[in-house]
Amino acid sequence: MMDRGALIGGMIFALLLAMPVLLPILGAGYLTGLLIKAMLLAIAAISLDLIIGHGGMVSLGHAAFIGVGAYATAIGLESGIEEILLLLVITLAVTGGIALITGMLALRTSGVYFLMITLAFGQMIYFTLTSLAAYGGDDGLTLWSLATLFGSDIVQEGEGLYFFVLAALFLSWFSVWRISQSRFGRVLRAARDNPQRAEVMGYPIVRYQLIAYVIAACIAGVSGLLLVQYAEFVSPSIAAWQRSGDLIVAVVLGGLGSRNGAILGAFFIVIMEEFLSSIFHEWRLIYGPLLVILVLYAKGGLNDLIHPKSREAS
Amino acid sequence: MLAIESLNKNFGALQVSKDISLSVAPGQCHAVIGPNGAGKTTLIHQISGVLRQDSGRVLLGGRDVSHLSVWERVQAGLGRTFQITSVLPTFSVLENVATAVQAKTGSSMRFFTSAAGEATLNEQAQAILSRVGLSDRADRPAADLSHGELRLLEIAIALAGSPKLLLLDEPMAGLGKTESAVLIDLLNELRSSFPMLLVEHDMDAVFQLADEVSVLVDGKIVARGTPSEVRENPQARAAYLGEGA
Ligand SMILES: Nc1ncnc2c1ncn2[C@@H]1O[C@H](COP(=O)(O)OP(=O)(O)OP(=O)(O)O)[C@@H](O)[C@H]1O
Ligand SMILES: [Mg+2]
Repeated sequence: MMDRGALIGGMIFALLLAMPVLLPILGAGYLTGLLIKAMLLAIAAISLDLIIGHGGMVSLGHAAFIGVGAYATAIGLESGIEEILLLLVITLAVTGGIALITGMLALRTSGVYFLMITLAFGQMIYFTLTSLAAYGGDDGLTLWSLATLFGSDIVQEGEGLYFFVLAALFLSWFSVWRISQSRFGRVLRAARDNPQRAEVMGYPIVRYQLIAYVIAACIAGVSGLLLVQYAEFVSPSIAAWQRSGDLIVAVVLGGLGSRNGAILGAFFIVIMEEFLSSIFHEWRLIYGPLLVILVLYAKGGLNDLIHPKSREAS
Repeated sequence: MLAIESLNKNFGALQVSKDISLSVAPGQCHAVIGPNGAGKTTLIHQISGVLRQDSGRVLLGGRDVSHLSVWERVQAGLGRTFQITSVLPTFSVLENVATAVQAKTGSSMRFFTSAAGEATLNEQAQAILSRVGLSDRADRPAADLSHGELRLLEIAIALAGSPKLLLLDEPMAGLGKTESAVLIDLLNELRSSFPMLLVEHDMDAVFQLADEVSVLVDGKIVARGTPSEVRENPQARAAYLGEGA
């Protein structure tokens, strides 16, 4: 059987790989920034899909981990750490640590209570970030120096940064897909389908859910790191709960627990926003109904429009 | 194999388990019968750890499992089915069973290799499916199965954990005559390898399967004996068999 998920994923990445060559030819080189923004959203959406789509844990605080990753990076840069791999380690340690603690508490609940408690933790993180007076408080912080890769500034802008972000997107996409199909992922999906049954199969399900939660937070943290590198600026607004809502929209719109859905959803959102807001000012008036229509008529999300019945349940 | 020692459980003012003791010997099928609301499911819940007893102990193969969590008791060898069918609906029939096999076969903290591609898990799952007569349904989503097939799948899932003891909560509930007969045959076959505690309303099933029967009324065991003894027991007849039998 041909694996259409892999085929479509391959096409997406081939297109993204070709963009730095294609866009200038089309005279649309200015769109590179937009694509980076979309890829950063996609990385975070992919990570959220691990816990929502595969784990059935609907978090409304996921963007806070983008914020944590971004601030860990920004504070690292401000303290003179410039090596991006070192910043990556710091980002992973800080987001992972915070996710471990908040996850242990949040996973005492499920369903709408889990949603509420992740929202609460997200807001706590958001307000903590606004109170970091030394790092710009509410207003955020402009960064005067950016991260380097082995001392080279190749990952700071232009194509170098583009390909670095693309590589991160590919790694996130590939890892989350592999995880979802692994023994671990199978237990995670079993716990989503029927937590009591999964427990009565002999699995301590909270342990699996917590690990998934931490992995997802770490990937979102990486998206935060790259966001700093791209925007050369960080502010608490990236951790606001509305951003978490955008991520949920991307994941649901793309198709929960599908191989390529989170990428499709994230690109759709970023491109629609750009496109609609360029035609008229009150673009959100169209955006809302459009979402409603998509959710009603494409239950499996954009991924299902491309290839129906591909939800990776098995 | 299983021993329950003076189990007590209250829901507020309601006493659902009153000083319940019983045991299941290796190779034995012990049935628990009783009217609706007698506390049969609550008893199974306490044995499997879904509910915590207020006092008393549950011993499995001589080991006190009273304070273990649900998953630890399954790992210790308690397999169970639910009165209301409980499977993984989006998984295929095969994967339902393979997931249960996986719990007993090596670590599940493996993150990169495909679980669906593990031949050993699939082979064991296939073997169990053919044992319960569901092999031709292996690739269907569990949600597509008929009620009777779901009951069989639940038994397959329980068997996949290679249990020392099976707890079956009304496995015949909702089955037609022929389906019941098939299931009774299956349980009869399994009985020698898997001691069972069987909660059942279907009297035919109980009299065909059970070596020993306990009659539970209002949380209390009011009679116990072989099926024929219980059938003749006036207290049991009054409490339970009375009207219809
Ligand atoms: N979580 C609970 N809280 C309070 N009361 C409960 C709870 N669960 C069950 N009960 C009550 O405890 C009693 C025993 O319930 P249980 O489900 O064990 O009965 P049962 O013997 O399995 O009945 P049935 O034959 O209908 O399955 C019932 O009166 C029920 O209403
Ligand atoms: Mg019951």
